[in-house]
Amino acid sequence: MNRSHRLGFAPLAALAAVAMLVAACGSNSSSSSGALQASAPGVTAKTITVGSTQPLTGIAAPGYDEIAPASNAYFQYVNAHGGVYGRKIVYKYLNDQYNSSITTTDVRQLILQDHVFAIFNGLGTPTHLAVAPFINAEKVPDLFVASGCACWNATSSWPQTFGWQLNYIREGKILGSYIAANFKGKKIAFFYQDDEFGLDGVKGLSEEIPASQVVAKEPYNVAAANPAAEVGTLAAALKASGAQVVVTFAVPAFMAILRLSDLGLGYNPTIVSSSVGSDPQTLAGLLNTFAKKSGSFGTSLIQGIITDSYLPSLGGNDSWIQLFTKIHNQYIPKLPLDGNVLYGMSVGYTFVQALLKAGRNPTRQDLVNAVNGGLPQGVSVAPYAYSSGDHDGITGAFMAEIKNGVISPLGPVQVTDTTATGAVTADNTAQPPAPTSGIP
Amino acid sequence: MTLAKHAGIAILAAVVLLAVTSKLDSFRQYQLAQVAATVIAVAGLTVLIGISGQISIGHGAFMFIGGYSTALLVMHLNWPLALVIVASAIVAGVAGAIMGVAAARLRGPYLAGATLMLAVALPAVAFQWQGVFGGDQGLNFTVSTPGFLGANFQLTEWQAWVCCVSALIVLVLLANLLRSRVGRNWQALRDNETAAALAGLNVANLRVRAFIVSAACAGVGGSLLAMTMLNVTPGAFTLALSIQLLTAVVLGGLGSLAGAIWGGIILVLVPPFLTNFAGSHGFSAGSASVPIVGYGLVLIVVMLVFPAGIQGGVRRLLGLARPTSAGQVSVFGRRWQLAWKSAGSRSGVGDAADNAVGSEAAGNHTAASEAAAQDGLTEEGTR
Repeated sequence: MNRSHRLGFAPLAALAAVAMLVAACGSNSSSSSGALQASAPGVTAKTITVGSTQPLTGIAAPGYDEIAPASNAYFQYVNAHGGVYGRKIVYKYLNDQYNSSITTTDVRQLILQDHVFAIFNGLGTPTHLAVAPFINAEKVPDLFVASGCACWNATSSWPQTFGWQLNYIREGKILGSYIAANFKGKKIAFFYQDDEFGLDGVKGLSEEIPASQVVAKEPYNVAAANPAAEVGTLAAALKASGAQVVVTFAVPAFMAILRLSDLGLGYNPTIVSSSVGSDPQTLAGLLNTFAKKSGSFGTSLIQGIITDSYLPSLGGNDSWIQLFTKIHNQYIPKLPLDGNVLYGMSVGYTFVQALLKAGRNPTRQDLVNAVNGGLPQGVSVAPYAYSSGDHDGITGAFMAEIKNGVISPLGPVQVTDTTATGAVTADNTAQPPAPTSGIP
Repeated sequence: MTLAKHAGIAILAAVVLLAVTSKLDSFRQYQLAQVAATVIAVAGLTVLIGISGQISIGHGAFMFIGGYSTALLVMHLNWPLALVIVASAIVAGVAGAIMGVAAARLRGPYLAGATLMLAVALPAVAFQWQGVFGGDQGLNFTVSTPGFLGANFQLTEWQAWVCCVSALIVLVLLANLLRSRVGRNWQALRDNETAAALAGLNVANLRVRAFIVSAACAGVGGSLLAMTMLNVTPGAFTLALSIQLLTAVVLGGLGSLAGAIWGGIILVLVPPFLTNFAGSHGFSAGSASVPIVGYGLVLIVVMLVFPAGIQGGVRRLLGLARPTSAGQVSVFGRRWQLAWKSAGSRSGVGDAADNAVGSEAAGNHTAASEAAAQDGLTEEGTR
């Protein structure tokens, strides 16, 4: 008798044993005491557990890996100051490496095993598109996706999903209207990520910039095996097109490679960048790392980049920046105080706004209803669009220029919508100051 | 007879698995489905490497083909599940045949390079034709539980059933194939190609066949993985996946179907376990590399403690190991211990590589195996 290829009992038995073992440690239970009840999955009398998927390693990690720790720092601040109706927020974020297949498994773990109350700020357009159908099928609130894809505003098919940041169509229109007004007659080229992120951006840009001025459109593949070679080829094409202005919808790593490629080619167009890829500290750091330089090398390569921002400028000294600086220094002093940290805390603030509005003993539907009812403007420079028929978040931004490593405003806040005809208009209503308690 | 025995074990396993599945929470059911799907792909690869002696570091590409075939068939044609799985296997098998024809002319590192190229190049297809393949964000689709199970039946439980049953069917088929003439011929090929050719075996034909079987298995694995995750993205089938499959084969026990089960379990369950372990033991999220380091440690420890893989180790612990010095396979010029022959030499009939036909000739099965091999010889020789 030959044992070599027989299906042995041992591994099958082991498989069954593993299965039984994991069965034993499933299901959670929660107790209630006093007025605070375990009103929904993930909500106990003492805690609210929320989950997220974030790129903590991989191509999208530089910079973005600070966002979840920053949100968590804000939650810790809230927890230390009374929590949300006395409950502490527990923030569980898993590393998906910006890989949709890992996101798929991570989100199932968060919802099916960890029983989180809501998914909060899941990062990435392609990654979150892979899981939004599942999250909605499970009727879990999917709040404030960390992506400006206009696709999150799909109230009929994905009623649980809400965007937060200025979406890329709006951002494209705001950048485009600035370009149309300030670079009349110049040759313009687009450099963008070849997915919903870049395509939405180009859509917005194209609604404002006359097609006759656009001389090249160069998309890059974010999953390229050799990003340097890929971007090098595209940069050469941009230079060959003779473009004087290059508009970019790119993540920071690809922005940095583009700047280095331009440097190598001796090509120095005016760069107009989406806020996604324009955080000065992240960019300068990446440039220094990639080029193995130090000091002001990175900062000098990003001088003069034109961009936009929907959050208060870090260079300024308003009440929001003071609040976040205080929290940063107390909870995450090791991280740089840059645009990503500002982003993480800001979206965390908005989430606490929604949680408070959802009530003392919220169900998942209460949280969704709370945002559907609209949120008051807070940390963002423009109001939110939230209503039951609109799941877009921030509606506007101000134009800015990078000067000496800091984003410096170029004008008033501009707001617009996502339609082809909607105008880009100045919004002169003043942003409310941060509450003195730091809690909405 | 063998078929009956394998089928009997499989049916028993199926009953146990189905009973256990209903007790699991949905995430564990999802993981069980992932394990079963992965086991199929690993089993296919272990046949290719451990039995036929060829290497592939591009097997993720065949899973890619199976996965995307499944997504497209479900989305556009809405075929029944079983048909979709079989069709995905066939598409991947055809791709395997093409690769196999090239592979039949290549050896060692050159073959590795060719298959590597496949793993690197194929995901780019998804970006090239975004309208069809959905680019970076891939394709989302849905499958539903069949009506007879009732409206409240968990989708994850159904997925686990489908994957487990498919895995058992594939394992039974492979186990029987390996004990057939084809299986023995593959081993002859593996142990000494020149001798096998001299004995009249059609080397190229056998090599291509091994690639077809192996690729079809990977196709089924990819298909089931897609059905479990309800999406396919290029990111799911990176080069890293291909390397991980290879790792799972070696870790489980090279050339052993039972080892493929171990390999599948480790591949799917260890990384999330380590992530959660790191998270609950005070490692901050900033130390995201903890799971990667942990996985590396698991690899090193297993290879040190069980040089013949986990299945080899289990057999040794249970005293089931076959006493022979044979049972190594040469990959990349290194000799790897085969899983089911992990113990030291006793009878020493001879190293398989020096033996005219196959490692089966070792030990006390010489007569039967040689007879079988001669059977093969006359068969092929008269062509």
